[in-house]
This record gives sequence, structure tokens and C-alpha cells, in this order.
Amino acid sequence: MSDWRPTADFSALSRRAQLLAAVRALFAERGVLEVDTPLLATAPVTDPNIEAITTVSPDGDALMYLQTSPEFAMKRLLAAGSGSIYQICKAFRRGERGRRHNPEFTMLEWYRIGLSLQELMDEVAVIVALAVGPVESHYYSYQQVFERHCGLSPHHASLSELKACARAHLDLHFDTDDRDVWLQLLMSSVIEPLLDRESLSFVYDFPASQAALANTRSNADGIQLASRFEAFYAGMELANGYDELRDANELVRRIRDDHARRAENNQILPPIDRHLLKAMATLPECVGVAMGFDRLAMLACDVERIDEVIAFPLERA
Amino acid sequence: MANYSTNEFRNGLKVMLDGEPCSILDNEFVKPGKGQAFNRVRLRNLNSGRVWERTFKSGESLEGADVIDQSMEYLYNDGEFYHFMDPESFEQFQADLKAVGDASNWLKEQDVCTVTLYNGAPLSVTPPNFVELEIVETDPGVKGDTAQGGTKPAYLSTGAVVKVPLFLSVGEVIKVDTRTGEYQNRVKS
Repeated sequence: MSDWRPTADFSALSRRAQLLAAVRALFAERGVLEVDTPLLATAPVTDPNIEAITTVSPDGDALMYLQTSPEFAMKRLLAAGSGSIYQICKAFRRGERGRRHNPEFTMLEWYRIGLSLQELMDEVAVIVALAVGPVESHYYSYQQVFERHCGLSPHHASLSELKACARAHLDLHFDTDDRDVWLQLLMSSVIEPLLDRESLSFVYDFPASQAALANTRSNADGIQLASRFEAFYAGMELANGYDELRDANELVRRIRDDHARRAENNQILPPIDRHLLKAMATLPECVGVAMGFDRLAMLACDVERIDEVIAFPLERA
Repeated sequence: MANYSTNEFRNGLKVMLDGEPCSILDNEFVKPGKGQAFNRVRLRNLNSGRVWERTFKSGESLEGADVIDQSMEYLYNDGEFYHFMDPESFEQFQADLKAVGDASNWLKEQDVCTVTLYNGAPLSVTPPNFVELEIVETDPGVKGDTAQGGTKPAYLSTGAVVKVPLFLSVGEVIKVDTRTGEYQNRVKS
């Protein structure tokens, strides 16, 4: 058996290293500070769809978590006055293993003060171009991609219309009355594969029910929208960007919602990050984006599997 | 049977889906950065042979199917059923033609096959990769023509028809690859 060997060949690892250097050079040129926050954290994100890997504290007394994203710690730096920052770090998510997933992966996450969400999308395009060369960008609202590829409005369609549309495309083994699950299924299994593979697609204005930690607003029709975007290229989701929420009370409300959904599904209820709550008061207006660095490397190397750009995936760790 | 969650789905795992025993062929994990994770799973229905593609919410589970592969000796065909014996327990099993399928072309008495049992009854039969069978009917052998050259059909003792080199004659024993149905070589007796 050659299980001790890396799954990526050295030309891919070398391309990956070049890409890391290019990303760092770009941010240095733009005056964005590289930072480094703890991987071992006391409070993970509360998102019900993300499970942290738990461990024990060094004194053995408390549970600790391998961070699932550096978001909370980076926001504390922003609140403390860091200015624009970026980080390239490992993040960990339990159970996420597949062609494009490894439970331990590399995240490129950055926050910009003074940039609009549109300018942040432009910067995402510049980063993607480091991997694939010049690339055209297209912008679609969440509503537009659903109308074009599913023939329905994500904001107005009834639950039964969403279900019927999903069942027309896919043979399903579940049922649920959670609208967002149907929207996410249509997005990831129907729309995503139909987006132009040769250009960068930005989808923006998500339903407020999928706001995560983005600001929300009402549009002219009175629909509540989340000020966030997702970037897709070559049939793959690459990045998630937000106009960052700064209201501590609203943050607590969303964490409570997460906890309620977790309780319904018998998931663990992770503690609330008290440091983050205190820091929210001085968090400056900012936009932030998380990008899967391994996926960027997959594009740079023109490969289909994450194992081809990381040395030792889970089974060889 | 145990239950298996989507993250335990591996190629070859046998599970029950819609009351049918299935073998998992492929399991693709689909997860947006924000949002519900799904598994797109391809399964072969072991009864019908048809392939299904089914989407699950990650974390859902399926009951395992009581399907096991067992080495068994082929005993005989009584005209309706094919009879097999577990050489360890001497327990005997009878399989109908639907379960035996194309394997019937290659079943020689006393050969050891893989019998797939579902709830203790034969579901399918896989013959050995190579079998040695006697030619019972073919055109007369052409002497001297042992190297390259043409082929001719030969009927074997099991009823299978295989393309063989021209020099072979009735009564000779040949080795056949059952996965491709191709002649391998003559077996000296």
C-alpha cells in the first residue's frame, strides 16, 4: 500500500504554493494586513448547518472547538481597530467529506473597511484571476437565477411550488416544510450546475431567512433581503461575501434562532461567543468574504477533486 | 439490521431503499458554504439491476440490507432450480434462473461461485472469473493452425458459445474468462 504518499502531485503543490504567494502579494500591495487567529476556540459559529469538531481545553476542564471559520476572531480584531485584514488558515467542519470537501480545509477570509459589496465582488474577481487568468464577471440577483433556471420566484413561490420544482428535477428521499432547505436544494443541485462555467457568476440579494451574519434590508416591493453574495465558477461555489451585521441585539436574536433550530434537530448547543458580543459595539462598517482556498487551487490546477491539491486528506491524515 | 447514515455510505454498502435491497455505487456530498448539506447517491437495485439516483438530506439514514456474499459450491440443476452448497456448513440453497441469470452459462458442477444472499435466499450468482469447460460441438479442428488466424464458434458443456481458434476440436477443454466470455487457452488433460 502507498497510503503514506501524498494524494496531490508536486506540480499541483507547487502551483498551490505560487497561488498562496500571489494572494499575499496582492493583499500586501493593497494594504490589507495579514493576521492569524486561534484555531482552538471556546465558541464556534452557531449556524445549524455547520458542525464543529470538539476537543478538550489544555487543562482538561472544558470543551473547546476547532474553529469552523475565523470570522468571530477577525471581527474582534476589526472592532479593536485593525483596519482591513485577511487571513489564510485551516478551518474544520465535522462530516464534510467529498469530491470538493475535506473536514480540514484552507480558508481565505478577508474584511475590508471602506469598500462596498460591489467593490468586494470586484476584488474576489481579481483573486480568482490569480488562479485562472482574466475572467469575465456576471451579476445576478437570487431572484433572477431562480426565475431563469427554475421558472419561479424564490420570494413568492409557495412551499408546494418549491417542492414540485425540486421533485421535477430530482428523485428525493426526504420531505420538509423548511422553505430554505428547498431553496438551498434548488440552488445547489439545479441552478449551480447551470451557471456559465467559463465566467465568474455572482449571485446577490439572498432571502433574509438566509442572512447568516449579513445586514438585511427591504427592497422596493417590501421583500426582506440579505446583503450578501456567493461567487461561482466552473460549476463550483467559491466564496461567500457579506455586508457585515453590526447590531449586537440582532446578532443575539440570530444566535437564538440558530439554537432553536439546533434544539429541534437534537444538535449540540454551542456556547455564545461573549468576546464577540462585547466587540460588536465598536465593529466598524465593513464587508467580508470567505473563499475556499483549496477550490481556488483546484481551478489553478484544473482538477476536479480536492484530494488533488492537498497533500494528505482525511483518510491519510 | 444496522442503520447507516449518509456519511457512512460507501461504495458497495448494501442498504434497503423503497423496500428493495440496493448496493451503493456512488455518493456525492453537496454542501453550500451556507446552508443544508445533501448527498446525491447512485444505487443499484439488486433485484432489478436498475440504477437509481436519489438525493438525501445529509445525516439521514437507511436500514442496512441483509445481503451477504458467500462462496458456495455449485451442485446441479434439477431443470427448474440451480442448487448450491455452503462448503462450511453443508447447508444447501436453491436459486431460480432469475437469480442465476447469465451465470448459468458458466456453472460447472463442483465449481465454487459467489452466491449473494438476501434475507438468506440467493439473489444473484457470480461465477469464478475463470472456468474450464469442455467443447461439445464445433467445426472439425484444422491441424497445424495453432498460431494466428481465424476463430470459430464452439458450444461448451454448459451451453455457452465461445469463439475459439480453428485448431480446437470437440472433447477438448478450454479456459474461459467469465467476465468477458473470451477464450483464454487450451487446458491439457
